[in-house]
Amino acid sequence: MKKDIILSGVGGQGILSIATVIGEAAIAAGLHLKQAEVHGMSQRGGNVQSDLRLSDKPIFSDLIPRGQADLIIAMEPMEALRYVQYLHRDAWIVTASEPFVNIPNYPDSARLKKSLDTFPNVVSRNIESLAKEASLPKSANMVLLGMAAPHIAILTSEQLRAAIGRVFARKGDRVVADNLKAFDLGREAAKQEIKPES
Amino acid sequence: MPEKKLLLGDEAVALGALYAGLSGVYAYPGTPSTEITEFIQRHPLARKRGIRNRWCANEKTAMEAALGMSYSGKRALVCMKHVGLNVCADAFVNAAITGVNGGLVVLAADDPSMHSSQNEQDSRFYGKFAMVPIFEPSNQQEAFDLVEEAFDLSEALKLPVLFRLVTRLAHSRADVTVPDAIREMNPFRPEEGRHWILLPAIARKQYQALLGKQGQLEAEAEEAASFEKVNGKGLGVIACGIAANYVKEAAPKGISFLLKVTRYPLPRNKIRELAAVSDGILVVEDGQPFAEEQVAAFLGADYPVEGRLTGRLPRTGELNPDVVAAALGGIQNLAFEAMPDVVSRPPTLCKGCGHRDVYKALNDVLSEYPDARVFGDIGCYTLGALPPYQAIHTCVDMGASITMAKGAADAGQFPSVAVIGDSTFTHSGMTGLLDAVNDRANITLLISDNLTTAMTGGQDSAGTNRYESICKGIGVEPEHIRVVIPQPANLPEITRILRDEIHYNGVSVIIARRECIQTLGRKLRKQKAEKG
Repeated sequence: MKKDIILSGVGGQGILSIATVIGEAAIAAGLHLKQAEVHGMSQRGGNVQSDLRLSDKPIFSDLIPRGQADLIIAMEPMEALRYVQYLHRDAWIVTASEPFVNIPNYPDSARLKKSLDTFPNVVSRNIESLAKEASLPKSANMVLLGMAAPHIAILTSEQLRAAIGRVFARKGDRVVADNLKAFDLGREAAKQEIKPES
Repeated sequence: MPEKKLLLGDEAVALGALYAGLSGVYAYPGTPSTEITEFIQRHPLARKRGIRNRWCANEKTAMEAALGMSYSGKRALVCMKHVGLNVCADAFVNAAITGVNGGLVVLAADDPSMHSSQNEQDSRFYGKFAMVPIFEPSNQQEAFDLVEEAFDLSEALKLPVLFRLVTRLAHSRADVTVPDAIREMNPFRPEEGRHWILLPAIARKQYQALLGKQGQLEAEAEEAASFEKVNGKGLGVIACGIAANYVKEAAPKGISFLLKVTRYPLPRNKIRELAAVSDGILVVEDGQPFAEEQVAAFLGADYPVEGRLTGRLPRTGELNPDVVAAALGGIQNLAFEAMPDVVSRPPTLCKGCGHRDVYKALNDVLSEYPDARVFGDIGCYTLGALPPYQAIHTCVDMGASITMAKGAADAGQFPSVAVIGDSTFTHSGMTGLLDAVNDRANITLLISDNLTTAMTGGQDSAGTNRYESICKGIGVEPEHIRVVIPQPANLPEITRILRDEIHYNGVSVIIARRECIQTLGRKLRKQKAEKG
């Protein structure tokens, strides 16, 4: 079994923390893992992306070939759409719905939403407001991970929760508890049907 | 018991060096090599063993210090990005003539596709030029394992070893199995003999000795190259370093053998064997067509060799599984097309960054001088080239802002302004400033001092708190060394000082000093965490 995941967002949104949690869980589960990251110049407010490959067999390429990714986890809707040519037909897109506008030519957000709706398997939620409503403003990325958890399949939610515990342990019990709460919140949010806006 | 760790390629090299009995790492930060030195700085073994690990002023000082440590019998690692090898080329090439005592591994991290660089030069050419062994791991495990081999070979051959990474390996994590045994550090045992004095008479002998070692280098590399049988007939594939992963990912059926190369000089005998059983050869390598050119040359014009030069693979840019699969005849049916709505999102200067205030003030003043030219340099502030500032006209290499401004002023340019960061100034700007002072060049130098090497993630900057005294020591008139705090409230003062100093006919330096907003934020968060 393999899982090829593209993590994407804007520099500073915390996609590498999501990668760290999945990576920690994968190592503990004895899986093979490759994770290509973006460091350096592109981190300054530019688009950032990470290829995360998990498998029970050895993995060769650090990069995911086009047409083979199983899942995009995105902190931002345009950043989710940036990588769709990497997805296979049955793949999933799990994304935050709120645009991060830091460029003058950011596309019309209604049109972006429409583009996103053309894909067969999409989970899109406003993770910022979910996190804020639950008084977890710093854990929006773990809400997103919770939303994506059912599609990571090669790892169980329990394995991911245990990894959150280990990754955030040095920041104290409170931070661990908040991130676990955020993760569970994301799992619940993903289950709820969203009614089309009239 | 051997342990599994999740490591970046850079971290695998760092840990491999620590396990190989490293006594010192010498480096200047540069993407994608920075994380090697950072890993060693954080590692408990560095403190326990007293492993030397502070940042150096530039790659040349790093290389020479590492050579000195090697001279004294100890194992030294020097790390840099590919263009750093240009900076220390003199020391690097001549270290092959002196030879080494303790193992010396020179790590160059290449950046094909120029993710964070101004070119995609291939460091393997430097290795061949200096006639030293080159190692090029294909994955994180090999990165760990080969470092110790590189140190051992360096000591066996008494030569520096060039260790090449590419961005994709440097910045990708994978599970690495790490053994228990950690080698002891070498004892202090300085070199005897006069062969380190490269006077012509000695250098000629040493050069002969270097030539004499080439057969051994070739034999070593020949042994390290490995064949993997696929079909036994068809196209033969030579894959260098990380390229082997992309070939295996594509799992091509119609090829004869895969010859994986992780060491240079190129294994000519094995390449001839491959050619003999194949219909032609495809060379897959990341970077420039270093191997392809040589393979084509020694197999002769009649033997078909393909790769980046022939267009079967793209001439520029990093390899990826898609271009390699295409070169091997794979056809991709994509489920989804790229979306037209998606626009590029370039990096920008952070909100609240002092460089923004520097450029705002500079643009205000220079709007009065339509002929002004601003010579830029390398760092976060290079982003001043992009909207909304579009404030610089050049960016070439570390330190070039000052010397280019001087040369342009010599040619008649006025105003001729240079903008350089604090760390770039101590890397390669100081000597150029001395030239400008000696010539009384009419330039205005802005040192945008954010107290750190910010672009690469906030490493210590070599001259922090000493910029005024450095400029004074170099001979800039004290009344033309001005210090300002770049923040919006101070814009009137900064523009007034800028105007005055542009008017002054001679060298003036304006130091705009305010801490990097990123390092400040980290510091405040850390303080808060410690309190609460």
